[in-house]
Amino acid sequence: MNADFVPSRPGAVASSIRKQILGIALKSGGCYLAQACSSAEIVEALYTRILKLGPSAGLWDAIPFPGVPGPENMDYPRGSAYHGLPAADKDRFFVSCCHYASVIYCALAAIGRLNPSALEKFNVDGWNMEMIGAEHSPGFENTAGSLGQTVSIAAGTAHARRLKGETGRVYCLMGDGELQEGQTWECVQAAGYYHLDNFIMVIDANGQQVEGAVADQMTLEPLAERFQAFGAACAECDGHSIDAVTRACLETEHSGKPLAVICRTRGTTGVPPLEKKWPYLHFVRIAPEERAEFQAVFDAMEGGGAV
Amino acid sequence: MKIEVNTHEKTLLRFAADHPELVVLSADLGSSCEVKAFRARYPERYFTMGIAEQNMCSWAAGLAREGYRPFLHTFSVFLYRRILDQLEMSVAYPNLPVVFVGFVPGLTTPGGVSHQSINDVGVLRTVPNLAILEVGDATEIEGVTQLAWDWNGPVFVRMLRKEVPRLFPADRPMEFNRARVLSEGEDVTVLSSGICTEEAMRATAVLREKGVSVQHLHVSTLKPFTDPTVLAAVKRCRLGVVTMENHVITGGLGSAVAELMAEHAVGKPLRRIGLSGYAHGASRMYLMKKYGIDALRLTSAVEELSGKRLNITEDDLSTARFVDYLEV
Repeated sequence: MNADFVPSRPGAVASSIRKQILGIALKSGGCYLAQACSSAEIVEALYTRILKLGPSAGLWDAIPFPGVPGPENMDYPRGSAYHGLPAADKDRFFVSCCHYASVIYCALAAIGRLNPSALEKFNVDGWNMEMIGAEHSPGFENTAGSLGQTVSIAAGTAHARRLKGETGRVYCLMGDGELQEGQTWECVQAAGYYHLDNFIMVIDANGQQVEGAVADQMTLEPLAERFQAFGAACAECDGHSIDAVTRACLETEHSGKPLAVICRTRGTTGVPPLEKKWPYLHFVRIAPEERAEFQAVFDAMEGGGAV
Repeated sequence: MKIEVNTHEKTLLRFAADHPELVVLSADLGSSCEVKAFRARYPERYFTMGIAEQNMCSWAAGLAREGYRPFLHTFSVFLYRRILDQLEMSVAYPNLPVVFVGFVPGLTTPGGVSHQSINDVGVLRTVPNLAILEVGDATEIEGVTQLAWDWNGPVFVRMLRKEVPRLFPADRPMEFNRARVLSEGEDVTVLSSGICTEEAMRATAVLREKGVSVQHLHVSTLKPFTDPTVLAAVKRCRLGVVTMENHVITGGLGSAVAELMAEHAVGKPLRRIGLSGYAHGASRMYLMKKYGIDALRLTSAVEELSGKRLNITEDDLSTARFVDYLEV
C-alpha cells in the first residue's frame, strides 16, 4: 500500500486524471485522451493501493529539459525520483506505454508528488513534461517510446533485484497493441525461464491501436493463454474496477513465475462522446464543432488537480 | 610471430575475479565466443538469453541500471544490425555501461553474408555516447576489457577469437584513443585497424626495401576519433594516406580519416582499402584476396600515390598466415 497517499474517495485520482486530460484536449485541440479514459482506474489502483513507493524525491515543479544523458551529464534529475529513491524493499514502476505520459503526470499531481501547476508545462517546448516521456520526465524510469523494449528493461531490473536479494517488486504498465512486438514475447519467455515472480506486467487492454481496433489489426487473443504458454501466470480483470485491479495484482498466485494482469478496459469510459470515434482513438482531436459536447462532459466532472 | 589461443577467454576469467559486478549474457553463441570457461567458473554470473538478441540487449540495460556490468557475447553482426534500436534506446541514450563484445567481425567468419559485420563501424559511429574499439592482436585482446570497463558507458568491441597473433609487445597494452606507431616514415602514411594490421605489416617491410618510407599506424579506437597521433601522421606524409579496414570503405576507418583530413585542411590523396559491398561465404584468406583487402592491394595503393611502379608480387611478400575457419 502506498502509505503516504489516501484519496478522498475511491476513484478520486481516476476522476482527476480524466478531467485534467480532457481539459488539456479541450485547450490544445487534442491529447491522448482515450488512454487516460482506459487507464485511469488502473493508475489509481497502482499509485494508491498496489505500489510500495518511498516518498517522492522528484522536483516539485516542472523544469527545463535537463539535457541528454552522456558522460558529462549523468546527474540530471530522473523521472524515477518521483517514485522515491531506490530501496531494497520498495517497488519500482516502469511505464512502457509512454504515450500515457500525461496520465502519469496527472496522477503524480493528483497524489501530491508533483505540483499540479506543472501540468501547465505539459508538451511545452523546452520543458521536461514531454508528450511522450523519457528518462527525465516525471514518473519515467526510462525512454520507452520504441515499444517492446521497456518490458525487457523492467524484467532485467527485476532479475538484478532478485540477484541482489531485494524484496521490492518491479511493475511494468503496458498497452495491448505493443504486445504485437516480438520482443515482448522474448521477454516473457526469459522472465518465465528465470522465475521472476517479483515482476508484474499490468496491461491496459483497451483494444485500440493507431489504425483501429486491435482485433482488426493483428491477432492477440487468446492473450491470457499466450502469457501462460510463454511461462507467466496471468489474471484478467475489469480494468475500470480499482478493487479488481488491486486484487489481480496482489492476490493472484504466481510463485516462481512473472505475473501478467490483463485489465480489460474501454478508451471511452467516462467521456461518452468518444464512442462516436471508436476505434480511432489513439490521438483524440476535438474539432471545433465537437467542443460543446466535450465541454459539457468536462463541466459535469468532479475534481481536478490534487485530490 | 607467436600465435596465442583463446586470449579473451583467459583475460575475462582474470578480470571477472576482481570485478564481481561483471556478468555475461549470451544468445546461444557463448561457446563460439570464448565464454565457455567463464560459464563453467561463474555459472551464477552467466545468463543464457536464448536466440533472442533484442530482449538480451534491453534486459542488459535493466541489469546495468542496477549496478551490474553486462558483457554481451555474440557475433558482432547480431549486436548492431539486428538490434540497433535496442542498442540505441535501451543502452546508448541513457549512457549505460553495457559492453557489446562482437565476435567474428567483417570477413573473419565462414558464415557468409548474414554473419559478416561489414558496416558495423559505419552504423555505430553515428550513435552518441557509444565508444567503438577494435582489437588487432593478442596484446590488444588482453587490454580491451579494461578499456571498455573504464569508458563506463556503452562500448562496442570488434573482438577476435581463437588463434590470434601477438603483433605488439605484451608489456605495451592497448591505449584508449591512441594509435600505435608501428613504423616511422615520410612518404606515405598507412592507417590500419583490426586484422588488416597483420596484413599491412606483410607489405610495409617490402615497401621500405623498395625505397618507400612508410609511417604505419595501427588504430584501435574508432570512436571517439580525436587522437592527435593520427592527425600528426596524416599531416606528416609527403605523398598521401592509405587506410585499410576489415569493413566497407564507407563509414569506418577510411571515412573517419577523410573527415579528419577535411576538417584540418590536410589536402593530400587518400586511398581507402576495404569492402565496397556485400561479400559471400568463404575463408578469410580467400575473401581478403578476392575483395582486395590484402598486402598486395596496399602495395598497389602506394604505387598509385607515388606514381611509380614498384613491381612487387605476391612472392615478394611474406606468406599469409593460414587460418582455420571451418567452425562457426
